[in-house]
Amino acid sequence: MILSIRHLKRLTIGPLDFEVAAGDIVALTGPSGVGKSLLLRAIADLDVNEGQLTLNGEARESMAAPDWRKQVMYVPAYSGWWADLVEPHFEGAERSVVVDTLHRLGLESTALSWEVTNLSTGERQRLSFARAVVHNPKILMLDEPTSGLDPDNAHKMEKLIEQYAQGGMGIVFVTHDAAQAARLGTRHIRLEGGQLTEASAP
Amino acid sequence: MSSVYIQLSYFDLMMASILLLLAGGLSIGLKLGLEKMLGIAALRTVVQLSLIGLVLKLLFQTTSPWWTLLAAVFMMGFAGREAMARQTLKLRGGWSLGIATLSLMLAGTVVTTLALTTAIRPEPWYDPRFAIPLLGMVLGNTLNGVAVGMDRLSATLKREKIAIEARLALGHARRDAVRPYVREAMRAGVMHIINAMSAAGLISIPGMMTGQILAGVDPTQAVKYQILIMFLIAGSTSLGALTAILALSNRLSDDRDRLRLDRFR
Repeated sequence: MILSIRHLKRLTIGPLDFEVAAGDIVALTGPSGVGKSLLLRAIADLDVNEGQLTLNGEARESMAAPDWRKQVMYVPAYSGWWADLVEPHFEGAERSVVVDTLHRLGLESTALSWEVTNLSTGERQRLSFARAVVHNPKILMLDEPTSGLDPDNAHKMEKLIEQYAQGGMGIVFVTHDAAQAARLGTRHIRLEGGQLTEASAP
Repeated sequence: MSSVYIQLSYFDLMMASILLLLAGGLSIGLKLGLEKMLGIAALRTVVQLSLIGLVLKLLFQTTSPWWTLLAAVFMMGFAGREAMARQTLKLRGGWSLGIATLSLMLAGTVVTTLALTTAIRPEPWYDPRFAIPLLGMVLGNTLNGVAVGMDRLSATLKREKIAIEARLALGHARRDAVRPYVREAMRAGVMHIINAMSAAGLISIPGMMTGQILAGVDPTQAVKYQILIMFLIAGSTSLGALTAILALSNRLSDDRDRLRLDRFR
């Protein structure tokens, strides 16, 4: 399983090339405003962009955009909610998988009946991670996944990310925390001046 | 049909204008700053209606399909422009004007032609004495539905960008992601005609019916005409608003299921 990106261009970013393999945990760092989120959005095809992207050799343009995004899933830093309660946001996922995922994030299954307006920042962050990961994407792109979490919950999230990677999911995560990049990442790439540089493996 | 039709003189209209002067005086006295707008609007009413009166008189004398068509195209063009002018968020490259005008043309043409060929059946069917006033009434109301519906959809898609893109990122199709907002815009677009139909007769005596009764038409006949008009307006408003809203939601997304708010000016 491999995500291959060739000549990706989006506004000030690129052209750039990189790959994400199954089990990779890629830490993506770079100064604020350099376009880390734009890069992930472009990979998910949420903005107009150019480039040859393939997943296991299958071209992005050969499949409908929703099918691509179900496999190459992007979780933004600020989560959006389209229903009043939490549960409808998990539509289409197996209930046992949802409940299990919530438990591993330190949430009870009663969280499904909570009202979105009452969620704390940390709850939103964990629930938006959960509602993506329950669909078992091949590549999961996380934009600052632990920025709103207390140390205990951030630790739980990191452990969970490692477990999913061990299960074969390729992970890309944006972080501003060098220690987290070193601790969690199996690879480290840096975006600066529209170009990517990969730090050599430690 | 009885015809106790009381001719209005210019003196009668001047008497009515005293009311406007009164309102203008109040505005000046209370420093509301409305007197200028009021004056201009009143003047526009007089000039525009007098002109259209002359045009209609000429048009009715000729009964030419081409002049009738030309007048209809003019009316639809102006309606499209007006609908576009009411948009807070406009699309780049004339798309707002295009969508509004084409939706109004479609709805106005279909509904007016249907009414002329099935319900009213004048001879010839395009007789401008029937076609033009009907089209005017249908367009005036459809314009509201189209303008309100488009404006609502634009505002909501912009406001709900994060929620919509959250769904897209999870692999939902664009149609599913925007459906709640399309529905909301549609409801906003047709609400005025639903309200008008609900209130008709109980709270308000519709303007057209009032005009017919004042002009001496038997009330039961006037009612039949009013019901016909209401149905035509409701049909046309729904058709026009739906066409415009779907076209706009199509333009604000693309075939890679992206939200394309960059297409706003």
